[in-house]
Amino acid sequence: MPDSLVIKNLNASIGDRPILKDFSLTVPKGEVHAIMGPNGTGKSTLSKVLAGHPDYTVQSGEAFIDGEQIIGLEPDVIARAGLFLAFQYPSEIPGVTIANFIRAAIVARQAKGAPFDAKAYYNELYAKMDALKMDRKFTSRFVNEGFSGGEKKRCEILQLMMLKPKYAVLDETDSGLDIDALRIVSEGVNAMRGPDTGFLVITHYQRLLDYIVPDRVHIMWDGRIVHSGGKELALELEEKGYDWVKQDLAKA
Amino acid sequence: MSAVASAPAGVLDVALQSAETAAFRAQDWFAVLRQQGWHTFQSLPMPTRDNEKWRFSDARTLSLDGYAPAPAPTPAQAADLIARSRLISDAAGLIVHVDGHCVLKPTLSAELVAQGVVFESLEDAVRARPALLQEHLLKHPVLLGGDKFAALHRAWLRAGYVLHVPKGVEVKQPFVSVTWTLTDGVAVFPHALIIAGERATADIHDFHLSAKADQRALAISAVDIHAGTGSQVRRLAVQAWGSATQSFQIDNTCGGRDAVISSVNAAVGSRRARLENTVRIDGPGADVSLYGISVASGEQEFDQRTLQVHAAGHAKSDLLFKNALLGKARTIFSGLIKVAPDAQRTDAYQTNRNLLLSPDAEADSLPGLEIEANDVKCSHGATTGQIDPAELFYLRARGIPLAVAQELLAQGFLEEVLAKVGHEEAAAAVREMLRLKFHQA
Repeated sequence: MPDSLVIKNLNASIGDRPILKDFSLTVPKGEVHAIMGPNGTGKSTLSKVLAGHPDYTVQSGEAFIDGEQIIGLEPDVIARAGLFLAFQYPSEIPGVTIANFIRAAIVARQAKGAPFDAKAYYNELYAKMDALKMDRKFTSRFVNEGFSGGEKKRCEILQLMMLKPKYAVLDETDSGLDIDALRIVSEGVNAMRGPDTGFLVITHYQRLLDYIVPDRVHIMWDGRIVHSGGKELALELEEKGYDWVKQDLAKA
Repeated sequence: MSAVASAPAGVLDVALQSAETAAFRAQDWFAVLRQQGWHTFQSLPMPTRDNEKWRFSDARTLSLDGYAPAPAPTPAQAADLIARSRLISDAAGLIVHVDGHCVLKPTLSAELVAQGVVFESLEDAVRARPALLQEHLLKHPVLLGGDKFAALHRAWLRAGYVLHVPKGVEVKQPFVSVTWTLTDGVAVFPHALIIAGERATADIHDFHLSAKADQRALAISAVDIHAGTGSQVRRLAVQAWGSATQSFQIDNTCGGRDAVISSVNAAVGSRRARLENTVRIDGPGADVSLYGISVASGEQEFDQRTLQVHAAGHAKSDLLFKNALLGKARTIFSGLIKVAPDAQRTDAYQTNRNLLLSPDAEADSLPGLEIEANDVKCSHGATTGQIDPAELFYLRARGIPLAVAQELLAQGFLEEVLAKVGHEEAAAAVREMLRLKFHQA
C-alpha cells in the first residue's frame, strides 16, 4: 500500500521476552488511529521498534512507510524516511539548544551541501512556538533540561511540526499533562491533520481522544490488536474498563 | 633518524642562553633571575613516571632535545599573524608574539593610560618597571612537579607581557594576548604576569596558537596572577599549539581577601600538553572558580594537575574539568584540595568529567583531599563514561546521523564550561576550535 503505514506480522522481543506477537496494523495517510490498552501490553515497544530502537530484537515481520520497508534500518534513516516518534519520556540533552537540535534535524534532511536558510528557519520556528504558546526564549534553552512535563511534550510537538513527517507515532503524549497543556498539544496535532500525514496515537486513557478525535481506535492486548472500531470504541472501553478487554476481547 | 651524536644545541646550549642573558646586562636583577633558572634546571633530573606528580603521564618520551630559539619573523610573516590575531573585537589591548618576539605592542586608550593601567611586553616592563616586577615576577613556588620545566622557562624568560590594573580601576573589555609559534622546532617561553590591585577588575584572554596545524615546537609557558583584595579577575587561556608540539603550562594564582577569580583553560593542541594549575587563597571571602575543557584526539596526551590551596578560611573554590576524548587520546586529571588547619569554613569542590568517544581513548582521574581544618565543606568527584544511549537514540530518532549526533552530544557536554567564558565572541572562537577537532579526528 503506497500511501500507508503498514505493519505486518511483527514479532519483537526485549532480551528473551517476546512483546509484540504477530502485530499487524495499517494506518492510511490522512487518518488518525489510536491504540489503547493496559500497561505492559506492548504499546511503547511498538513505537520503539518502529523507530529502530537498538534494545529490541525483531524476530520476524515487516513495516512499510508508503511501501518502503523500515524494519532493520538505522533509527536516523527511519526518521528521514518519514517516521516521527513523540517520546513518552523525552531525554534531556544538556548543552544542546532546541534551536540547534531542530536545525541539525532539518539539515540532516537536506541534500548534502545545500545552503541552510536560517532566516526562514527562525521565522517558522517562532511561528510554531507561538502556536504552542512556548516562550521564544526556549530556543536557547537546552533540550528538555529542567522542563516541566508539559514543556517537554510541547517541545515534542514543536519538533513534530517543524519536521513534518509522513507518519507520527505519539507515545502516551498525554501522560504528565494538565488540561491546559493537553489542549495546547492537541491543537498542535490537530493543526497538522490533513492528507499528508498519518497519526498513530498511543494512549492509556480516553481523555486525550476527546481532543484528538481518532478515525479508528484499536485495542491492544498481549502484543497484538484484539479489537478495532470507530471513535466510539474509546468511550466503550472507558465505560467497561480494561477488564472487558481481558475477559472478552483477549479470547477472540 | 640520525644516530650521529650531536653537541647540546638550542635551548640546552649554555652559550646560547648566556648570550641572550647578556642583553639584560643593565637589568642585573633580571639577568640573575635567568641565571638562577639555568642552574636550577641543570640541577634537577627529568621527571620519571614513578614520581607521584607524574603518575600516568608518558614521562619516557619527554625530551628537550632539538628545540631552539628562532629569529624574529619577517615583516610579512608578522603582519599575517597579527591579522590572524584579531580574534576579539572589543579588546582593551592586543599584544602579539611570534616565536618569542613581540611583533605588536598594545595600544591602550588614553583613559586606561590615565588610570595607570599597564599592559606591555615583559621585555619593556623589565626595563621600565623593575620595582613592580621584582615584587611580583616568579614569586610563586612550583608545587605540581614541573620544577625542571619552570626552571628552563625562567632561564629563557624574555617573551610575554605584564598587565597591571591598579587599585579601584575596573576594565570591562578583555586584554588579549596572542602567542604564535611559526618556525619548526622553535622553543618559546611565554610569560604572563597579571596584577590586579585592590578592587580592580580585569578580564584576560590568552591564546597560544601555531601558524600551521602540525607545528613542531616546545612551549613552556607560565602565568602568575596576583589578585588583590576585592579584585575580580577572569582569564581564558586557550592552548591550541600545533599537533607536533610539546607544551607545559604552569599557572599560579594568588587570591586575596574577597577576590573573585575565574579561569577557563581550554585545550585542543599539542602532541602532549601538561597543565599545572595552582590556586592559593590567602584571604577570607575569596571566591575562585577553575574550569578546564578539552577535546583530545589522535594520540594526544593532556596531563592536567591542579591544586587548590586554602590558606585562609571563609573562602570558596570550585573546580570543573571536562574532557572529551577521541581516537587513542589520553587525559590525566590529578587534582588536590588542601585546606590549612586554620582555614575554617572553607567550601572547596572539585569535579572531573570525561567523555570517551572512542574505545581506544583512556582517561585517568586522581582526585584528592588534604584537609586539616575541621569545619569545612569539601567534595571531589570524577566520572568517566560514554555517550548516554538514550540521548543518542533521541537525536537519531529525529533523523540526525550517528556521527553528527555524537558530535552534538559531545559539544553539549562541553557547553557547560564554555558558558563560563563570559565573553560571547571568545566563547564562539573556542567553540569553533573544539568543533574542528571532531573533523580532524
